[in-house]
Amino acid sequence: MFGRLTWDSIPFNQPIPLITSLIVFVVIAAVLVWITRNHWWPYLWNEYITSTDHKRIGIMYIVLALVMLVRGFADAIMMRAQQSIAIGQSQGYLPPEHYNQIFSAHGTIMIFFVAMPFVIGFMNFVVPLQLGVRDVAFPTMNNVSFWLTASGVLLTNMSLFLGEFARTGWLAFPPLSEKAFSPGVGVDYYLVALQISGVGTLLTGVNFVTTILKTRAPGMSYLRMPVFCWTALASNLLIIAAFPVLTVTLALLMLDRYLGFHFFTNDGGGNSMLYMNLIWVWGHPEVYILVLPAFGIYSEVVATFSGKPLFGYRSMVFATLGICIISFCVWLHHFFTMGAGADVNAIFGIASMIIGVPTGVKIYNWLFTMYGGRVRFNVPMYWTIGFMLTFMIGGLTGVLLAIPPVDFIVHNSLFLIAHFHQVIIGGVVFAIMAGYTYWFPKAFGFTLDERLGKAIFWCWFIGFHLAFMPLYVLGFWGATRRMQHIPDATWAPWLDVAFVGAVIIGAGIALTVVQLIYSIRTRDQRRDVTGDPWDGRTLEWLTLSPPPHYNFAVLPDVHGEEAYWTRKQTAIKQDQLIKEPDYQPIEMPVNTPTGVIVAFFASVCGFAVIWYIWWLAILGLIGAFAIFVWYAWRDEHEHIIPVEEVRANARERRRIRMEHLHKLSQST
Amino acid sequence: MTAASEAPAVGLTHQGSEDTGLGQRGPASKSIVVPYGFWLFVLSDMVLFSALFATYASLVHATDGGPTTNELFHRNLVAIETVALLVSSFVCGLAMITAKRANMLWTQIWLVVTALLGLVFLSIEIYEFASMVAEGAPPQRSAFLSAFFTLVGCHGAHVTCGLLWIGTMMAQIWAKGFQPHIMRRLLCLSVFWHALDIIWVAIFTIVYLIGTLP
Amino acid sequence: MFLISGCNRGIWDPVGPVAAQEKQLLINSTAIMLAIIIPTMIATVGVAWWFRRGNTKAEYRPDWEYSGAIEMVVWSIPALTIMLLGGIAWIGSHNLEPSRPLPSTTPPLKVDVVSLDWKWLFIYPDQGVATVNQLVVPAGTPVSFRLTSATVWNSFFVPQMGTMIYTMPRMTTRLNLQADRPGVYNGLSSHFSGDGFPGMQFQVRAVPADQFATWAHGAHAGPALDGAAYDQLQKPSSYVKPFTYGSVQPGLFDSIVANRPLPPISPKTTPPAMHVSPQPPAGHNNVR
Repeated sequence: MFGRLTWDSIPFNQPIPLITSLIVFVVIAAVLVWITRNHWWPYLWNEYITSTDHKRIGIMYIVLALVMLVRGFADAIMMRAQQSIAIGQSQGYLPPEHYNQIFSAHGTIMIFFVAMPFVIGFMNFVVPLQLGVRDVAFPTMNNVSFWLTASGVLLTNMSLFLGEFARTGWLAFPPLSEKAFSPGVGVDYYLVALQISGVGTLLTGVNFVTTILKTRAPGMSYLRMPVFCWTALASNLLIIAAFPVLTVTLALLMLDRYLGFHFFTNDGGGNSMLYMNLIWVWGHPEVYILVLPAFGIYSEVVATFSGKPLFGYRSMVFATLGICIISFCVWLHHFFTMGAGADVNAIFGIASMIIGVPTGVKIYNWLFTMYGGRVRFNVPMYWTIGFMLTFMIGGLTGVLLAIPPVDFIVHNSLFLIAHFHQVIIGGVVFAIMAGYTYWFPKAFGFTLDERLGKAIFWCWFIGFHLAFMPLYVLGFWGATRRMQHIPDATWAPWLDVAFVGAVIIGAGIALTVVQLIYSIRTRDQRRDVTGDPWDGRTLEWLTLSPPPHYNFAVLPDVHGEEAYWTRKQTAIKQDQLIKEPDYQPIEMPVNTPTGVIVAFFASVCGFAVIWYIWWLAILGLIGAFAIFVWYAWRDEHEHIIPVEEVRANARERRRIRMEHLHKLSQST
Repeated sequence: MTAASEAPAVGLTHQGSEDTGLGQRGPASKSIVVPYGFWLFVLSDMVLFSALFATYASLVHATDGGPTTNELFHRNLVAIETVALLVSSFVCGLAMITAKRANMLWTQIWLVVTALLGLVFLSIEIYEFASMVAEGAPPQRSAFLSAFFTLVGCHGAHVTCGLLWIGTMMAQIWAKGFQPHIMRRLLCLSVFWHALDIIWVAIFTIVYLIGTLP
Repeated sequence: MFLISGCNRGIWDPVGPVAAQEKQLLINSTAIMLAIIIPTMIATVGVAWWFRRGNTKAEYRPDWEYSGAIEMVVWSIPALTIMLLGGIAWIGSHNLEPSRPLPSTTPPLKVDVVSLDWKWLFIYPDQGVATVNQLVVPAGTPVSFRLTSATVWNSFFVPQMGTMIYTMPRMTTRLNLQADRPGVYNGLSSHFSGDGFPGMQFQVRAVPADQFATWAHGAHAGPALDGAAYDQLQKPSSYVKPFTYGSVQPGLFDSIVANRPLPPISPKTTPPAMHVSPQPPAGHNNVR
């Protein structure tokens, strides 16, 4: 009746998951009570949960990512603590069965449920605004994508109090991840959660490629798009090309585990090397899916805060597309030590280095953007300069790893761990923090506190280096990854420094929460009245903060690169705005509960599959299909925003802008 | 239906005043955007099948001493399946034509025929699978068989989804008529159905034809 | 429980030609890249600082967004660096290909390696003995490894000797290493393999050649590694203390790779099989 779910599935005899689960339940209950007490449910349901507005969906992604960042970081600091304690005779406080789940959960959560939602959240919020349009191509599908991701988050976190998580590492290599060696529910949680959220991500890919290629403001040709939109395009093309491979790979492993197939098993002719190849064919483009939009964020930030256009725009576009294509040609560098032979290894090694070329070009172009500029050191610029310094070293270690004989002595070591954390934290996380600070006022109408922002930066910058520089050294000394126990006592001081670094990063994360609460409390002091707090160059700064639901009263006419900047400069010079356009009523898509309901059924089905409750799985599938049909039957797709409302909002915006304009022309 | 006169993707109320020569008149209409997005989805599905083909190619000789391709595949059955699917694609095209003419009766007829031919295809495939299992060649027997059943079975699962979709579209057309959004969905369905045909051509070439070479 | 004693500096203290070359490659490549990166890092900070808004001495060029000359240089610097490193990678990959026999006047010692849950089995086909978690090799003699796994993937790695290689069930990988200096070196598995993974440390003892012969001769006193003993060994265990088998049933390694039961022991006493396995051509490391 309940498959393999029993009372024993609850970790009564494991204090850490048990207590953590209790705390999580209490916190969730408290939040639910708080929302109910304040009568916020209708607001949340209408304005966020069922919203088809790309801005709201983007915010939901980012909130999800922030919450998961706390979970992923908790895993990280537990690992650091264990490695500081479990030296020599001591086995630490985490037995292998538990430690192995923690590092698997850490990687899975950080990549799939922190980095991806952050990046997708930013693309959601920003791309339609920068393209000068009202929403993405498929707003309802956008909502569904978010909720499917949330479903993956739910299932992953359920493993904390029901059963266990995978103990195989974040990529679940067979044969270890096969039934024979991992008979429990852990790998199944992993597989099902990622399959469900993978569907969401793929739909996002389709959505954004269509949006960027087919829906842009009038006059915005490809080479007039902001660079962030180009990087979003490249990232989403990679999603379309790579995520189906992940779906297949995980499905094949599921078939092995559930139906006794022999894709990767030790018997029956299975080939575990096939999994290695397939998973990394997805895995390498995945990191470029993350880092390309990050590069796009830096491009926007550097141009804005230098007061200059981005240097070498076409070069940047070319470099982005080059990285996009080459990222599919390097996957074997993740397993040079599998023994494919010198020719194969060398070719993939050289291809991996070639990717360093367009990346290097980007660094120089950012440098030359600052050259001849008037650089303002607001918080986003801190993150950007910090990124450039950090990422260059990360790239260096990456090229080192791309040399097969060097990889032969540092593969899978703490050197590798330090490398990829360097590029992901230095590259992606710093970009997220920069973008968060940069676009926060656009989303909420006030800026975040600058001093706290700088403190957060220093916590991350210093904390990161303390946490990971020792790992490079330890990697040289023979420390491999995923060690629950440290065999060499001379490593202890270095691991302790790493632990301190992790604590400092933790302080940075805590300060982020503090900054948010404090900034909300004191928001009246930092109101973004004009909608353009940073003297921006792209179209999102044309709107007020936050923009109306429909973004623009009238889609802006684009005449050149940097559509907003040229328009602004013209307005300043002429001391007047463009002629007031002819307002029309605006059609916008209606809200829909489809996403959250489909995700509900997907979660039910997923949970049932994990625990072998077959009748429930079928019910879940039927429910999901029924919702599709019910959704397809609706007659109302859009609602009309009356022209009076459009006109009133637009005139208010023009009034504020005129005021601001007068101030500007008086000061120049 | 030209782009200029069709409802735009999302809330366009302003036509571009400058033509950059790259057709940048603003967001394209729904009749362009929806099929475009669906094509992208179909492309992603092709990537999915590519991964399955790659898996099949890697494992086709991993028979673990069990049955091989030559022993298992029957060209005649596959020929009938293929003809059924190809004809169903043609009939689906007919359904699109009659739909454009808003002919309820013939659209429903052609859709039913499409579905029936799809059902013939599926029945033969299920029969093939069942007989393979009966003669000791289930997917659990070897890696080759796992790959075969998954590749061909995945295509069959797509056909099944297509049948469900045809049924839903028939009901929708009946209930709502040939409204623009229904027509767009029909167009997507036909793209899907034709794409399945393309994949099938690849399957019977790589799996069945090459697999039964002497 | 293995406690690594002394100041072990891993790849930083190579004891053989493979590790020494790899360390040199690492240093050279790092130096080449630092030569580019350090000036760029300085320039980044320098440019950002000089062109800060408060600096009235810096020239503001708000429309300067392209320069063909700079683009040329900016593409060339990484491209040339990568071409250089690419050449190094090509040559290095071929010279240090794991399956390539090491140039030496001494004939190589053959060792068959099996990774189990969670310990290492080393079979000496020519000597007819086997060890668990301890690899004794003659210093200055190249060692030619055939490796496989009995269960899941592992990775055979002795940092001070250089190159690591995966061990995979039903497959054979090949590796060639050499320890020039007598001493004790740490070995580990560098691919996570399950709950007992932290206990997969092993020791490599490089001894002078005559001592090695003595050791091999003395090792014959140990228990036999036959089918029953192997079944016993297969049972999951971790942090296993090193021990030696005095004889090895012929064909054991091949049976493990092929996943078939051991052939029965012939009634007449057979000397340890002289293992003649041809080295595959360089570039083909995986043999199924």
